[in-house]
Amino acid sequence: MSALQANSVIMKKLLIFTVVMFGFGFALVPFYEKICEVTGINNLLQADTLTENTQVDTSRWVTIQLDANTRGLPWQFKPLQSSVRAHPGELVEVMYEIRNDSNREINGQAIPSYSPQLLAKHLKKLECFCFSKQVLKPNEVRQMPVQFMIEPGLPADFDTVTISYTFFELGSDSAADTGERVNKS
Amino acid sequence: MAAVHDHDIAHAHDHHPTGMMRWLTTTNHKDIGSMYLWFSFVMFLTGGVMALTIRAELFMPGIQIVNPEFFNQLTTMHGLVMVFGAIMPAFVGFANWQIPMMIGAPDMAFARMNNWSFWLLIPAALLLIASFFVPGGAAAGGWTIYPPLSVQMGMGMDMAIFALHIMGAASIMGSINIITTILNMRAPGMTLMKMPLFVWTWLITAYLLVMAMPVLAGAITMLLTDRNFGTNFFNAAGGGDPVMFQHIFWFFGHPEVYIMILPAFGIVSEIIPTFARKPLFGYSSMVYATASIAILSCIVWAHHMFSAGMPVTGQLFFMYATMLIAIPTGVKVFNWTATMWRGSMTFETPMLFAIGFIFLFTIGGFSGVICAIVPIDIQVQDTYYVIAHFHYVLVSGALFSIFGGVYYWLPKWTGHMYDETLGKTHFWLSMFFFNLAFFVQHFLGLAGMPRRVPDYALQFADFNMISSIGAFGFGFSQLLFLYVVLKCIRGGEKAPAKPWEGAKTLEWTLPSPAPYHSFETPPVVR
Ligand code: HEM
Ligand SMILES: [Cu+2]
Repeated sequence: MSALQANSVIMKKLLIFTVVMFGFGFALVPFYEKICEVTGINNLLQADTLTENTQVDTSRWVTIQLDANTRGLPWQFKPLQSSVRAHPGELVEVMYEIRNDSNREINGQAIPSYSPQLLAKHLKKLECFCFSKQVLKPNEVRQMPVQFMIEPGLPADFDTVTISYTFFELGSDSAADTGERVNKS
Repeated sequence: MAAVHDHDIAHAHDHHPTGMMRWLTTTNHKDIGSMYLWFSFVMFLTGGVMALTIRAELFMPGIQIVNPEFFNQLTTMHGLVMVFGAIMPAFVGFANWQIPMMIGAPDMAFARMNNWSFWLLIPAALLLIASFFVPGGAAAGGWTIYPPLSVQMGMGMDMAIFALHIMGAASIMGSINIITTILNMRAPGMTLMKMPLFVWTWLITAYLLVMAMPVLAGAITMLLTDRNFGTNFFNAAGGGDPVMFQHIFWFFGHPEVYIMILPAFGIVSEIIPTFARKPLFGYSSMVYATASIAILSCIVWAHHMFSAGMPVTGQLFFMYATMLIAIPTGVKVFNWTATMWRGSMTFETPMLFAIGFIFLFTIGGFSGVICAIVPIDIQVQDTYYVIAHFHYVLVSGALFSIFGGVYYWLPKWTGHMYDETLGKTHFWLSMFFFNLAFFVQHFLGLAGMPRRVPDYALQFADFNMISSIGAFGFGFSQLLFLYVVLKCIRGGEKAPAKPWEGAKTLEWTLPSPAPYHSFETPPVVR
């Protein structure tokens, strides 16, 4: 093999390696999602189940502030009550309302966010409008429940927590925006 | 490619185009090396002007000089320009000049591709700079371009993404060239374990580049499609995850920081034995240390994300893996010190920079280990402590080694000795002002000053003022460097073939300045 041939052999191998690594970057996406699923890190959009028989801790109260935002879509979005008080372990139901102010049909997806961050671990949501996308016809109004429980395991120094939702518009054209991808469960 | 290359070599002997065409069409490794180094110096000054604007704004609390939006553009572009425009191309410049001469090869393996990898940098740099002038300004989400900001910003972000794509492609081409040259074109008798350490570190760096750069390309491609084509890789609303970007970015990003330091290790490992007049202590352990650093660097990325949300097991894994890197790094520092031990040392400018490198890089290594400790890092993440850490490893690490390397090889490149007094002055000014600028940033970080802010609380005022004075001193000292280099190119004492008595590598067997074509008949290494 001449020197030039030997050179182009190495070049070919390295080019193949480059392409493989480019693919690897994309392969990290399903890999990451799998890890999150297996370890239960990213289950914002899945309903929780109550396994053990939870005791209600009547010795303390937690104030849950409810927050609602929209980003880039012409909806009104608000909780019907700005906060609720509950005992840890108690099942709570709150209502939210969305209204489509525009004259087109819009798909929206709500993404939750908790404060303190630790709340994510101790909040069990049995039902939520955020588990699926919401489709509103022009001027349609909808009231939607969220059913949740705060586990008694929440450290006692938190007497106030916040649950916040933000609605984002889902394009109807892109493949990734189908309900399946959003509903990871 | 192979055929083209054949043709190039044949051509190069026939005629040299002159003027601009010479540089546009050149396939000579020495020409291309010089262009890389000059490009890098221009970018260094560009990034430096941005840094000084940042430091001028931070001289006093309050907003005086630039508005916050522009400030964010400056910090972002400073990072991108320095990393991709100044440090990386400078090392590729060294690779071009030195690798063929140090392994006894006539040129790089793919001479035409070499020319391309350089010239691709120019449009990339222009895109970056031009992005300041488009509506919305340049990218402003930090050099790490995290979503959601990077998904939301204006077209400056698209330009930065394109620039990164181009520079990434250029780096990959350059690396393929370097690997092929080193593996296939060594002089007879030069086994892998006889290669100068600079060549070794570049071989390993080039492998890291072909591994990491495509992953960055993937990440920014996803960013681009999220921005423009409605995909939702990182867009939470569509089921994507911004934290995932951080993982993919740092999977590239941490190897990248080693890409910027391994060639520096190589340069220092050439300079120290020369001026200590002793062979490098523990040559083979140096090679293995370099390789293990490279391998470990692929499994530590999440130490940049300790506060981003991660299970404790993950934090512990990445903490211990990161601390593990300190071991091969420590081996290197030990070997350099042992090389100097009882050597007959002289302190010419390259040696000063190499010793400065060892001192200050080690400080940076220690602050790195401190950042690796999860409970501490959760406190210091995104503060000036991190800024201090990586400037100690990048400025007094990578950049000091570049200065040292330039002084070391300038006689070979230009045929003249540089002005030793001015060179030493440049070193001492850089050393003093660098520490003035960055040492106090450790204190700022520990006291809680966040990075990437144009204004700060009053209690940080004194240290910021000191830091800004240091930064301006450091910046202006570099003009002296430019002067020394220009003076050396234009004239000066004639350099002998081997100006450094202790130098052992092959390039010193060539006359100074190195002839345009060298080692057309390979030397024999015993
Ligand atoms: C002993 C070796 C090292 C250790 C243990 C180490 C550790 C770390 C850790 C834990 C961080 C994250 C800090 C944070 O964001 O809170 C960090 C940041 C950083 N390190 Fe190192 N490091 C080492 C060497 C280096 C070297 C050699 C370089 C480059 C030449 C480097 C460049 C950087 C950069 C650029 C960042 C900040 C990136 C950013 O957030 O913008 N480090 N290092
Ligand atoms: Cu890192």
